[in-house]
Amino acid sequence: MAELVKTIENSTPAKKRGINRFDSPWFNPRLVIGVTMVGIVLLIGIGGPLVWDMNLVYVASSPLNLPPAWIHVAQPTPEPVAVATAAATAINTSSGGLGGSSMLDLMESTPAPGRGNPGDVGPGNPTGDPKHPLGTDDQGRDMLALIIAGAPASLKVGFIAASIGMLLGIFLGFSAGFLGGWVDAVIRTTSDVMFTVPVIAVLFVIAAFLKHLELNEMAFLLALFAWPAPTRFIRAQALTLRERGYVRMARLSGMSTMGIMFKEMMPNLLPYLAASLVGNISGAILAEASLEALGLGPTRVPTLGMTVNYAIRGTAILREMWWWWGFPILVLIFIFTGLFQIATGLDEIANPRLRGVKSQ
Amino acid sequence: MTNNVMAAAAETAYSKREIILDVKDFRIHYETPRGDVIAVNGINFYLRKGETLGLVGESGCGKTTTAMGILRLVQPPGRIVGGQVLLNGVDLASLDDDALREVRWRDIALVPQGAMNSLNPVMKIKDQIADGILAHEGRQLRGAIKERMLELLNMVGLPGRVADMYPHELSGGMKQRVCIAMAISLNPTLIVADEPTSALDVVVQRVVAQTLLDVKAKLGVSMILIGHDMGLQAQLVDRIAVMYAGNIVEIAPVKDIFEEPMHPYTQLLIASIPSIKEKKPLKITEGLTHDLRNPPPGCIFQFRCPKVMSVCRQIVPPLRELRPDHFVACHLYE
Amino acid sequence: MSEPILQIKNATKVYGGGFLSSGAQTVALQSFSLDISNKPATITTIAGESGSGKTTLANAVLGFTGLSSGQILFRGQDIAKLNRQQMLDYRRDVQAIFQDPYEVYNPFYRVKHIFDMVIGQFKLARNGNDARDLIESALKVVGLRGEEVLEKYPHQLSGGQRQRMMVARAYLLKPSLIVADEPVSMVDASLRAMILDIMLRLRDEHNISFLYITHDLSTAYQIGDQIYILYQGSIAERGETAKVIEHPKHPYVQLLIDSIPVPDPTQKWDTDIRLPSEEEMRSSVNSGCRFYPRCPRRMGRCLDAQPTLYNIEGGNHDAACFLYESLPSEQGLLERQ
Repeated sequence: MAELVKTIENSTPAKKRGINRFDSPWFNPRLVIGVTMVGIVLLIGIGGPLVWDMNLVYVASSPLNLPPAWIHVAQPTPEPVAVATAAATAINTSSGGLGGSSMLDLMESTPAPGRGNPGDVGPGNPTGDPKHPLGTDDQGRDMLALIIAGAPASLKVGFIAASIGMLLGIFLGFSAGFLGGWVDAVIRTTSDVMFTVPVIAVLFVIAAFLKHLELNEMAFLLALFAWPAPTRFIRAQALTLRERGYVRMARLSGMSTMGIMFKEMMPNLLPYLAASLVGNISGAILAEASLEALGLGPTRVPTLGMTVNYAIRGTAILREMWWWWGFPILVLIFIFTGLFQIATGLDEIANPRLRGVKSQ
Repeated sequence: MTNNVMAAAAETAYSKREIILDVKDFRIHYETPRGDVIAVNGINFYLRKGETLGLVGESGCGKTTTAMGILRLVQPPGRIVGGQVLLNGVDLASLDDDALREVRWRDIALVPQGAMNSLNPVMKIKDQIADGILAHEGRQLRGAIKERMLELLNMVGLPGRVADMYPHELSGGMKQRVCIAMAISLNPTLIVADEPTSALDVVVQRVVAQTLLDVKAKLGVSMILIGHDMGLQAQLVDRIAVMYAGNIVEIAPVKDIFEEPMHPYTQLLIASIPSIKEKKPLKITEGLTHDLRNPPPGCIFQFRCPKVMSVCRQIVPPLRELRPDHFVACHLYE
Repeated sequence: MSEPILQIKNATKVYGGGFLSSGAQTVALQSFSLDISNKPATITTIAGESGSGKTTLANAVLGFTGLSSGQILFRGQDIAKLNRQQMLDYRRDVQAIFQDPYEVYNPFYRVKHIFDMVIGQFKLARNGNDARDLIESALKVVGLRGEEVLEKYPHQLSGGQRQRMMVARAYLLKPSLIVADEPVSMVDASLRAMILDIMLRLRDEHNISFLYITHDLSTAYQIGDQIYILYQGSIAERGETAKVIEHPKHPYVQLLIDSIPVPDPTQKWDTDIRLPSEEEMRSSVNSGCRFYPRCPRRMGRCLDAQPTLYNIEGGNHDAACFLYESLPSEQGLLERQ
């Protein structure tokens, strides 16, 4: 009997819409892959400390300059040189204070590789040590511990920054789109102006000025620049949704403006909002990593960007200590790819037409 | 006045005219995750030279799909699964793509639903019309094209300066007439027009409808006119094919359909035409259409038919010619 | 006539022409006046082509757009000045059915949501069982059963079911007026009759008045009591539906009724009729009668001033045309005061 109730009209466009929307679109392969990738990073962050000694993130907790465990090189490099290099860098690091004067540090530390031995496979121990599977840096920090500590920290900063930006965007975007008038004019103009600001450059200046940044402060700083995109997007959506039949119906049913925004409009925007949030997270992580790589980030927590910064200071490239800068960057790429897959997956869920293109 | 005379003359003459389009056992299915939807279920009809056939039915009954199928423009997930479409003896359904492209527009022109919104907004009308001509006939003298264009615009009752305008400068009815001009630009033998006057105001609708009548009278072209407005069909077509759930249930000359509808569904359609001449009680019909993926055994109209008999639930009534040119698929007349 | 529930007084809506645009104003609705009484309930038709201002009028009555000037009074109160509680009361009394029965459902929710919303907002039921009974009784009026439809998503219902549920939703509130904005223009012929029949039943059995907005004069003729035919924002002709459609007086209304295709193949259109070219139809004039460019019976004076409503043969049949000037309308006079 249920079959009989369905009529011809259902098999025309309306039906197609229905199939796309309700035939479990959440099993989108891109979304699944992306969630898995980001999930792995989170798992490393949560589970890592349980199986790995996190004290190894501290300076001099491990031997210096170890390559990854699987590297075996016959010819050893003289130990004293490595120690001297490490010492020199350590002095630089501590004196530089990692604040605004870090550019100076960089220049000071460039002569260091002269004392090293270019051509060697890293100036550290010739052979990797299974106790430090990903090697160590030149101040005796274990790379694996750094990554276990750094990857979730980077994700966290990105998530906080993007979420605050998104919340601001939802509030401002809905206000602009729904209320219209001068509210709309002010919000729209401000967000448009914000779009023309070179964000990274401004962040450099602010971060350099603030000198000591905590991780959360960094997130708030990034959030200041993360709201214009969602604002503009949500405003546009609110403008089109406002004229929808079901929004008018809700108004006729006596629903308040807030109720209409959050009960009627938001659910239909969820996939878009999620995709936009994920996109903003990667944007925030990228900005965060750039700041830190230049030494403008928080110094207490060994984030991935911070590790890259140490690698730069320690002239890891010239000393061919590729694992020092390579692993954090690989993890960043992994995070970005995962987030990108999630964003595209959500986009495909929100726009069934994109899926149509793929299947044909 | 002249039109009435012509219509009368046409009526007596058209039954002797040659058949230019013959559709035989035509089938189109739409694939869905839960089985194929039978959109067009083995329909048969023909069209004579210079004749207008109206194709009517509710939304979703398969009339647009049929028209698109004739031109082989069915979009996936729809596909033609069987039957023949003989245009002047050539089977369009089995033509290869290149040959088919030639036939489209040159022999069959389409005025799609909402055609007026399909004009390119950044091209002048003259360029859009010329594009169609040049694409099918190759390069030709600029003067010749221009002359032909003016002739075409004149044919649909538009002034020549329309050629230099952009679509947004025209009203809905004018755009629709430009689309008709484009359809007739290659002298087709058949025009398929899908709801050519829907979404137009009633006065403009009349102007466009008359344009169609004029074009038909001047060019002697055959036409398939898809629509749901029975009033308009009464004014414009020679014969009407009534479709229900992918099947043709009745085909007859327009007069017979209105004066003596035989299939219960046609009777229902005729009875539910709102009139401005007389107030009549509203004719309510209950019942829902069956699921198109899973048609019931017997007649497809059995669930809504007020005259349903037990035989209707078992045997599919064939489309039979009960009177000259009057075909009905119903067990009532056996 | 008894106390009207809805009174529209000189409603005018002008779009555009703000401080940024250079005087490109569109008059969507001009000095429109109307009374609707519900003792007894009536179906008042507002008919017109696209751009005639009928949708603007519907939106104004529903409080979606404000007027540029004029008033809409509900039981004597200006709806532009209602506070939140009064607005809720107004919503409870004035409901609507829209043209597209798909668009009005939020695709995120099951169709039951439309009922839950009104029951929740207007506190119509104390508990779930009461609510269920209310919904069932409303669905019964439109010939549906709860278990067939309520738990479905909008796309799983047919167009007819969706539109009937919208009627049921409006009925649930037992309003005194329903604004029906082209309720049957997107449903099939067989369902059209059903919806119109429900409207008639609501009027006769439940004393609900309708403001029936349509472009289709034939359905108005079948169910309407009073009719107002709009042309470019102003009333061209008004009166009892049967009188206006059977004996149209205004040249525009005559053209409109002539253009409706007759569903009778033996009465073919007279193709020799001169139809004004479409460009003429589009153009409008700044002063005088708006129909002047299209009018087959225009006179020189039609350009001087805009005609007000003139009464035809007593009764309440009026036309805004100087052809009928000799008989000034009583109501027309009243409205000008």
